[in-house]
Amino acid sequence: MGHAEQLATEEPPEEGIFRAFTDWISDWGSVVLDAVASIGDMAIFTWKMFTWLFTHLPRKEALLPNLNQVGVLSLPVVALTGTFIGMVLAVQSYFQFHQLGLETRLGAVINMSLARELGPVLAATILAGRVGCAMAAELGTMRVTEQIDALDSMGANPIHYLVVPRFISCLLLIPPLTVMAVFMGVVGGYFYSVFILDIDKHHYWYNSKQFVGTWDLFFGIFKSMFFGAAIAIVSCYRGFNCSPGAEGVGRAATAAFVYSFVIILVLDLFLNIVLDSVYYVLWPEGAKFL
Amino acid sequence: MFAQPPNQDGPSLVSIENMSLAFDGQLVLREINLHIPKGQTVAIIGESGCGKTVLMKTIIGLLQPTSGQVIFDSQEIYRLGSREQALQRQRFGFVFQNAALFDSMSVGRNIAFPLKQKRNPPSDEEIRREVFSRLAEVGLPDSVARKRPAELSGGMRKRVGLARALIMQPELMLYDEPTTGLDPIMSDVINQLILHTREKHEVTSIIITHDMRTVQAVADRVIMLYPLSRLEPDENQILFDGHPEELDYVSDRRVVQFVQGEAGERLMELRAEQTS
Repeated sequence: MGHAEQLATEEPPEEGIFRAFTDWISDWGSVVLDAVASIGDMAIFTWKMFTWLFTHLPRKEALLPNLNQVGVLSLPVVALTGTFIGMVLAVQSYFQFHQLGLETRLGAVINMSLARELGPVLAATILAGRVGCAMAAELGTMRVTEQIDALDSMGANPIHYLVVPRFISCLLLIPPLTVMAVFMGVVGGYFYSVFILDIDKHHYWYNSKQFVGTWDLFFGIFKSMFFGAAIAIVSCYRGFNCSPGAEGVGRAATAAFVYSFVIILVLDLFLNIVLDSVYYVLWPEGAKFL
Repeated sequence: MFAQPPNQDGPSLVSIENMSLAFDGQLVLREINLHIPKGQTVAIIGESGCGKTVLMKTIIGLLQPTSGQVIFDSQEIYRLGSREQALQRQRFGFVFQNAALFDSMSVGRNIAFPLKQKRNPPSDEEIRREVFSRLAEVGLPDSVARKRPAELSGGMRKRVGLARALIMQPELMLYDEPTTGLDPIMSDVINQLILHTREKHEVTSIIITHDMRTVQAVADRVIMLYPLSRLEPDENQILFDGHPEELDYVSDRRVVQFVQGEAGERLMELRAEQTS
């Protein structure tokens, strides 16, 4: 090829830059479109789930194994992690409070943190890791091995049979798991503060009672129900839309945890803002956080 | 040149009219026309990926056609409401390729499952009796009912899948590669069970298979689908529709190649596709 021909076939530099820019826009456009399509798909999935939930209650034999899996089998790990979180909070907070001479206020800080924030988020994280991943993997395997098609072919709606019981189990059992996480955290924090750090137990409880109220406990439990619902919907959706093969199932399980965890934190932020605003409306003399 | 489809005069249980189906814009089935009369046993053959399973799932309304109609007993199932769809699907028995038994349930509960989905399910005792009767029909002992699907061999799983499909006394039986992965003797057992099911329950059957012995043993009619990617734009996707015996005299090279299991130039073509 002659030099003149070579020059004629090469793109002018401006055109190359322009094409790179349009490609970049196009790539981002397809990412956004995929994200919007996924959100829409999940919204339809959620809508179908609620339609079945409010029109046909699940059968006992579909619900009980899920209640056992979500509630009973998660209880020990939630209790154990709750205890250690309480103790870790005591260890982390003691040094700063001791320097200010406020170590008797440790109970208020630990118990407030547990009731409002750490208890529900901890219980939800454990539920997402232990139960959400298992749900996504189980439903993903069912999708890959045509068990979901088999349900459909026998006249059993897969969303009603598989998703509704899991949703109910997560929604109903995350509050008791949260209460357990908070309770064990309180016990762990008390044990470490009073028996290891030698803080006066009367003042520890007195300050806890002064700062932590029923609203704080309600706050945590109320938030946890949103977390439980999000975990069930995200995990079931990922399982139902699993790609073929072992790799697809693995990806579905990983995505179930990652998406659930992100949604838990986003929901946590917004629920905190909303609930604090509600608190301020109900009790105007209280602190405003927004 | 198509062979004349046999026994087309009876009332159609399944009618497919100009049906096309695409996934994400990719056409899998194009302008399919097919009528299956009551009582007929139809084998659908064709290369992997030509749309056989998709066609079967479309017939029972698990997939919705992109255009055209799929009518089962004068109803388009995918257009019905979910409750009516569920009722209609109880008229089908679907034997999946790998049986698709529910891992979380015992074999007995797997077989009983369709009965328990009925609006007015029978009593537990009746269900138990029915489960054991179906197990006996497919040649399995009662003790299998307590086992988990994971404990069964491939042949046993297929037979349990058949027992589960039969428990609702379906009008249309659909078998997705019923003999794939089985030894020759167990394959013949499954063929005999398909014949027995047809005679005892007087069902219409659609069988997807690559096994020409199954075709010769059980089918009244054979339909061969061809992948769209290998067809000319104006060609019919159904390359053959006729009696199994007619397969011996067919002139279409692609049908002969499939029936005789000859790769021909296929490997070279696949390599050329890879290179291009």
